[in-house]
Amino acid sequence: MGIHLPEDFPKHIIEHYRRPRNYGEIEGANVIVKDSNRLCGDYVEIYLKFEGKRISDISFKGQGCMMSQASASMLTELIKGKEVDEVLKITKNDITKMLGLELDPVRMKCAMLPLVAIRKGIETYLSKR
Amino acid sequence: MDEVFELGSKIREDFPILKRLVRGKPFVYLDSAATTQKPIQVIEAIKNYYEMFNANVHRGIYSIAEEATVAYEKAREKVAHFINARSPREIVFTRNATEAINLVMYSWGLSNVRRRDVLLTTEMEHHSNLLPWQTLSKLKGATLKFIGFNEDGFLKLEEFDKYKNKSVKLFAFTFASNVLGTINQVRELVKYAKKMGAVTIVDAAQAVPHMPVDVQQLDCDFMVFSGHKMLGPMGIGVLYGKERLLEEMKPFMVGGEMVKAVSFESSEWNDIPWKFEAGTPNVEGAIGLAAAIDYLQRLGMDTVRKHEVKLTEHALDALTRVDGITYYGPSSPEQRCGLISFNLKGIHPHDLAMFLDNEGIAIRAGHHCAMLLHNRLGITASARVSFYIYNIPSEIDLLVNNLEKIKKMLEI
Repeated sequence: MGIHLPEDFPKHIIEHYRRPRNYGEIEGANVIVKDSNRLCGDYVEIYLKFEGKRISDISFKGQGCMMSQASASMLTELIKGKEVDEVLKITKNDITKMLGLELDPVRMKCAMLPLVAIRKGIETYLSKR
Repeated sequence: MDEVFELGSKIREDFPILKRLVRGKPFVYLDSAATTQKPIQVIEAIKNYYEMFNANVHRGIYSIAEEATVAYEKAREKVAHFINARSPREIVFTRNATEAINLVMYSWGLSNVRRRDVLLTTEMEHHSNLLPWQTLSKLKGATLKFIGFNEDGFLKLEEFDKYKNKSVKLFAFTFASNVLGTINQVRELVKYAKKMGAVTIVDAAQAVPHMPVDVQQLDCDFMVFSGHKMLGPMGIGVLYGKERLLEEMKPFMVGGEMVKAVSFESSEWNDIPWKFEAGTPNVEGAIGLAAAIDYLQRLGMDTVRKHEVKLTEHALDALTRVDGITYYGPSSPEQRCGLISFNLKGIHPHDLAMFLDNEGIAIRAGHHCAMLLHNRLGITASARVSFYIYNIPSEIDLLVNNLEKIKKMLEI
């Protein structure tokens, strides 16, 4: 008898949670955006650097559950170098695909937190331009 | 194994849900502080009501309406006897403990609390015994103050001194904390409150199901609890109130059932407790609750309490052996109700609950409707296991085994 992850539980979620990519601050960020999920205390802070309409660099800091933090780590990898328009098209469905896991609505909110923050950051940047 | 430990194994047969599998594994239910599972005796009592004498109460002139009325009022007597109220007139049926507190807030509170009065509560309250008083203080321009708790999870009694010369109208506090597990010294707290001239309301949602409770001995003015946390169905709760206070109070809701006579200009309210039960009541709920009380009384509340103390002792012992565990509240099982909130370093409680669910183990994770308390502990969430009569030590061992395995898997 052992705790095994369910056969379909994606190993890369744990991997990203334990060794988050693009973690920390970046110098010369155009926008820094924070967001949190008050209910469970998940917290992310996203650093965005733009070149025109392209996200040239991105990093994050944060604390919270595996879903929120792994999602943040994966998203930074996905988004780096992408055009803003493309990033704004990322949906809830895409997050589910990225995680490789169907989540209940409560946990989905955790997983969506970084994307919501990134969207806010992009909007702030675009409105300043 | 110790005799009291056998209670759980003996009665599990009565709980159909405990026979099911969850994710292909035997179901381990460790969230009874949220709601308890129901024995077949309670399920049958409700079924029997609908099959044999379903009718509206206090109205019909025909046989089954009379039977339903008798059963509903018998349930009230049973509740009164269970907590040793002086009379069934002191027992008001509500939807749940929250509604019972709101009833007191709207009915007693709006008529008796004035500007600059002090409403006193504690920092270990469930939102249900906090938000009504926060709302009342805003409506009336009163001040809401809090008694804090110390590192061991006990109320700081010395803080009462601050309110000696203030007009403290109310002291609302929990009998047993749904996060810390602390069992408060209700009799002592009521004495403190009386000295200040305050009315007392005790949230006994985590106490009445788990230990003998005697409202006359405690001498509180109001007490509330929920049926679904003590083997009964959802949607039935209890407000106990001293007769004198209930008599003085205005109705909380108006409509059918709660009036004697209605004219175009005004109405004459019904007697207590019916004055507070507007509309068709939850007859099924009352009957289910009565069956639950029968079940608990057959076991004996002393036995129920002993079993939980033993389980809590076993659980504290096992959990503290896991590296990285922090638990909250008193260290002595005798001073705790049957629940333990904890955190495991390096993993969020939500993730922990998810991995345990995968093993068929149901625990609670989050702030357990006590954000203020978690704030005071300096955390946003915790994991919580809670026990009832049907739990057995091997379930706790399984939990702890799995905590170790999760740690290994996550390398924490």
